[in-house]
Amino acid sequence: MAEETENRPYIEGPMHSTAPVIDPGLTFASVTDKISSIVLKRKTSLAWFFGFAISFALFQLMLLTITNLVFVGIGLWGVNVPVAWGIDILNFVWWIGIGHAGTLISAILLLLRQKWRTSINRFAEAMTLFAVAQAGMYPIFHLGRPWLMYWLFPYPNTMDIWPQFRSPLMWDVFAVSTYATVSALFWFVGLIPDFATLRDRARSKPFQILYGMLAMGWRGSARHWHRYEMAYLLLAGLATPLVLSVHTIVSFDFAVGIIPGWHATIFPPYFVAGAIYAGFAMVLLLTIPLRRFYGLEGFITMRHMHNMAKVMLATGLIVGYGYIMEAFFGWYSGNKYERFMIWNRMHGPYHLYYWSLILCNIITPQFLWIKKVRSNLLALWIISFIVSIGMWLERFVIVITSLHRDYLPSSWGMYQPTQWDWGMFIGTIGFFFTLLFLFIRFLPMISIFEMRTILPEAEVEE
Amino acid sequence: MAASPPVLHHRRHAPPLYGVIAEFENPGDLVHAARKVYDAGYRRINGYSPYPIEELSEAIGFTHTSLPLIVFIGGVIGGLSGFFMQYWIEVIDYPINVGGKPYNSWPAFVPITFEMTVLFAAFSAVLGMLILNKLPQPYHPVFNAPNFALATRDRFFLAVEANDAMFDHDKVTDLLKNLGAIEVSDVEV
Repeated sequence: MAEETENRPYIEGPMHSTAPVIDPGLTFASVTDKISSIVLKRKTSLAWFFGFAISFALFQLMLLTITNLVFVGIGLWGVNVPVAWGIDILNFVWWIGIGHAGTLISAILLLLRQKWRTSINRFAEAMTLFAVAQAGMYPIFHLGRPWLMYWLFPYPNTMDIWPQFRSPLMWDVFAVSTYATVSALFWFVGLIPDFATLRDRARSKPFQILYGMLAMGWRGSARHWHRYEMAYLLLAGLATPLVLSVHTIVSFDFAVGIIPGWHATIFPPYFVAGAIYAGFAMVLLLTIPLRRFYGLEGFITMRHMHNMAKVMLATGLIVGYGYIMEAFFGWYSGNKYERFMIWNRMHGPYHLYYWSLILCNIITPQFLWIKKVRSNLLALWIISFIVSIGMWLERFVIVITSLHRDYLPSSWGMYQPTQWDWGMFIGTIGFFFTLLFLFIRFLPMISIFEMRTILPEAEVEE
Repeated sequence: MAASPPVLHHRRHAPPLYGVIAEFENPGDLVHAARKVYDAGYRRINGYSPYPIEELSEAIGFTHTSLPLIVFIGGVIGGLSGFFMQYWIEVIDYPINVGGKPYNSWPAFVPITFEMTVLFAAFSAVLGMLILNKLPQPYHPVFNAPNFALATRDRFFLAVEANDAMFDHDKVTDLLKNLGAIEVSDVEV
């Protein structure tokens, strides 16, 4: 294997990583045909309809919950003083964190010239977009009067008032809406040449027209490509600080508050690392079954699985450091409220959440040190699933255990999510998967033109 | 393109010509041909490929784009409007005392200033790229070229446009044929 791989320019990276980034037998034609056939030619499988039906049914649960919520009010959720932010704000943070892996893969790894990103970036970006769509709904419906959500934006109005820009909640509005917009732009720009490929491959008139309109007349001109590459690179350069800023600002929603357990300077880097951790877990969770089901092993190789597992392990360690530092700050501050907060997390009424979190997020990923585990897709999938749960628990510990017992024992209380909290959460999972199923059916889930660039044929030999 | 190019005289009854296009089997042949055609003095030439080829845009003499400048200007406008929107609202139009902080509490304005910078720069990048590329453009003559649907799969094309100062239909066709093209054909407007 080592001899065989020596002369292949497209295999890069450290020596011990022998799995190639792409199946060596592929050509321009086979890459194009294989990926576009998933959208254009292959019969939609029964499993797709089955999965879509379940997701769509759960999506209805979300609509039901929202309808009820708008009529009744957010009292339907279990939130009340002192826990005014329940699992709905938790879910907002959870979803938006998941989105971050997509931007990391598409932008940061592009700038770092990591070729292996090419087969997973399109899918990961779609995941970002759909996760941000779920995240955005929570704060909007948490407003209580969601039909007035446009009040969040500064626009000249007859009430003669303006938003308060010293509040992190306003920063959040700008950060999340910018993030959603830029992610959508980045995704769409990446799709333009592939729309042209689909336009030229589609057999039926409606699809030719649909993809033709989306391709906007793309014809692969060298002048176009030159500007296109520049635009794509600049977008990657812009998305990189953006993605770091978004979770930083999300962490400010907490860190700027004076609640013990929130008011910590470690929050921004710790939140960003957590977001990438959760995001990679979700990418693995989705790509492992997908690549098996659509036979994409030639595009998404074991190399990708190893690399993603390693990123997960690294960010998991940063998150673990964050937990240790939180406990250390609590003790070292000498502040009795901070100390109580840590004690309450470990021994209070929600201690099970805390210890499950440690188990899921610190203990479980340690198995990823072992190469055998990284090579076992089932093990990798299970670890990713546990990490996703762990990241949900982390936000539970931060949001709820910090709020339920703060300074005054007389105002302590307990929080219990209601069926409508769960309805909203499960409903958004349904909506997420509904969008994802539509995406894999109607758009190329792997970037076709970028896959062509990493083929051995793509080397210009004059 | 006011005056009709002299080339068209000998094919007076044929439909007006956009140019001559050559089809190549691999990127190496295309880049090689593009270099030769450029060296022969042709300037209104363009390559078409299924993926970006850095050497190709160099070969046809297209190396400069003002896109970075556009994005920079967009970002600066976004940043300034982000900051001064907050400044105007919080200091001039609607001053409110929040916890004794100064009206111009600029550190608190940094996040939104940053987000607006990125938002405007990103829009400039995308719209700038589309406008410079003159997209959307539903019709273009090269789509008439035979096999051009394969330009988004595995074929490579080089077009010499009829409005090039040196354009001569037969000469260009011969030149392209000698450069390893698998097919050379006329493209109508």
